[in-house]
Amino acid sequence: MRRAHAIPVHIALILSAFIVLVPFIWVIGAGFRSQISLLMGEIWFSPTLASFNDVLFSRASDFVLNFQNSLIVGLASTALCLAIATTAAWSLGRLHWPRSVVVLFLGWSLLFHMLPPVMLAGAWYSMVRAVHLENTHAAIILAHTTLNLPMALWLMGVFVREVPQELLDAANIDGASPWMTLWKIARPIFAPGLAATGIMIFIFSWNEFAVALVLAVKQTATVPVGIAKYAQGYEIQYTQMAASAALSIIPAVILLVLGQRAIVSGLTSGALK
Amino acid sequence: MALAYADRSFRWVTLSPAALFLVVLGVLPVLNLVAMSFFTIVWKNAAADWQPVGLANYAAIPGDPLFSAGLRNTVVFAVASVAIQMVLAFFLALWCSQVRTGRTLYRTVLILPLLVPGIVVGAIWKLFLNPEFGFLGQMLGVVGLDPIDWLGEAQTALLAVIMVDVWHWTPFCFLLLLAGIEGLPRDVYEAASIDGARPWQEMLWITLPMMLPTILVTAVFRFVVAFKVFDEVYLLTGGGPGTATQVISFTIYQRFFTEDRAGFGSAISVSVIFLVCLMLVAALAVRARLQERPA
Repeated sequence: MRRAHAIPVHIALILSAFIVLVPFIWVIGAGFRSQISLLMGEIWFSPTLASFNDVLFSRASDFVLNFQNSLIVGLASTALCLAIATTAAWSLGRLHWPRSVVVLFLGWSLLFHMLPPVMLAGAWYSMVRAVHLENTHAAIILAHTTLNLPMALWLMGVFVREVPQELLDAANIDGASPWMTLWKIARPIFAPGLAATGIMIFIFSWNEFAVALVLAVKQTATVPVGIAKYAQGYEIQYTQMAASAALSIIPAVILLVLGQRAIVSGLTSGALK
Repeated sequence: MALAYADRSFRWVTLSPAALFLVVLGVLPVLNLVAMSFFTIVWKNAAADWQPVGLANYAAIPGDPLFSAGLRNTVVFAVASVAIQMVLAFFLALWCSQVRTGRTLYRTVLILPLLVPGIVVGAIWKLFLNPEFGFLGQMLGVVGLDPIDWLGEAQTALLAVIMVDVWHWTPFCFLLLLAGIEGLPRDVYEAASIDGARPWQEMLWITLPMMLPTILVTAVFRFVVAFKVFDEVYLLTGGGPGTATQVISFTIYQRFFTEDRAGFGSAISVSVIFLVCLMLVAALAVRARLQERPA
């Protein structure tokens, strides 16, 4: 590939990075302001921790609870979704189902993935009420598992295809049980794919708002539901909104630093293979 | 042939949990929507009272201002934002693939918005675009111009929401296109440079045609998500002013939950499912056409 014009290209990229970063930096800055300083539109201000203090430690704020809830929902739905999607992807990809079964299964999950989730929330709400789960995390965990299942099936379908057939044939000859073939022989090979899929669907669960909004009660509200509350009171608490937005970027930054390879592989192999 | 790893009962055991989820929490809610769409549902003494109304809910859809505005804005929003994102992402990916130093750092920064929850993106931009104290207002003030209420004016609100979506999702297209460009064969470029091709000729006649399948797949993925947009609109504008930024997910939410008209909301949902089916068929047809072409 041509590598001429290095300096203009760097300038263009730095400018783009700047456009990406300015809103983040400005909002983090707004979180360190007092409400008056922000509303007065002062360009220079003396930083205060009051809003962060309010969001994290005031008794009126549920942010820490929301954070815990997002963590519980995200981890549980990711584990559940990974377990059922991996076995199903293995089953559909490697266990010689008739083609019609595979097409029906993946076709439905593709269509399901295209539907706006908000239309399903009403039925899910009735269902969790019918089984008395409406005040529990389970309601949101089950909903997120279902919402992320098509993506997980799709990604794991790509990754289980990478296990060489010779390995399965060898395991077969050696008399390995089907579970052993999947768990001991195939899993180590698609483990990086498992990690990539896991990170992806954890992020989707962490970010999901519409369904959580319908299903959550005060005790189970996730971070997005909590942040939406700040923007909707009679008197919008701008600096608290900024502080809570700044705090909820932290997990994304951590994942980006620690799991970038898995994220990139998850996003690109789902679309490009 | 007896393949132990593909044992029949094992086949069922591995597939049924996912099948159970997709049927109980996927198919049943959709059937429930279809059933409800023929009723008016009112709550009496904490119990739902279903009154059959035939096709009346469907008959009311064409005259529903939130439905028509929602559909129109969703299409404008999805087409415009995906188109802008694809162009920006293509150049970003091209530039990023051309630099030697700092490529990982650029990529890290450029994909950051992708990982942030839609509702947080909404919160950030609601503050950032605030006419009284937002950053853009301040900058306009510095050069002596009046601030503009981007999200509050009917003429600019949809455009502002589209720009926020571009900021949020260009990273996704960028990442996929970058992976595509990095996977292109090198020898074609070597041949082109021996033949004396200029950079813009390389881009137009080599990179772009070879990237076409990746570009299409990325655009389709993005369009599917853009069509479902809800979070940003919920926080930025709530569909307003008037119906300027009303999108279809938000119409369903308002009719179904805010106004508690489950029957009518279901009829709208079923119509949207039908439209999604049409789009899916169209997308599969395009894909089949693409696969006929020799790679």
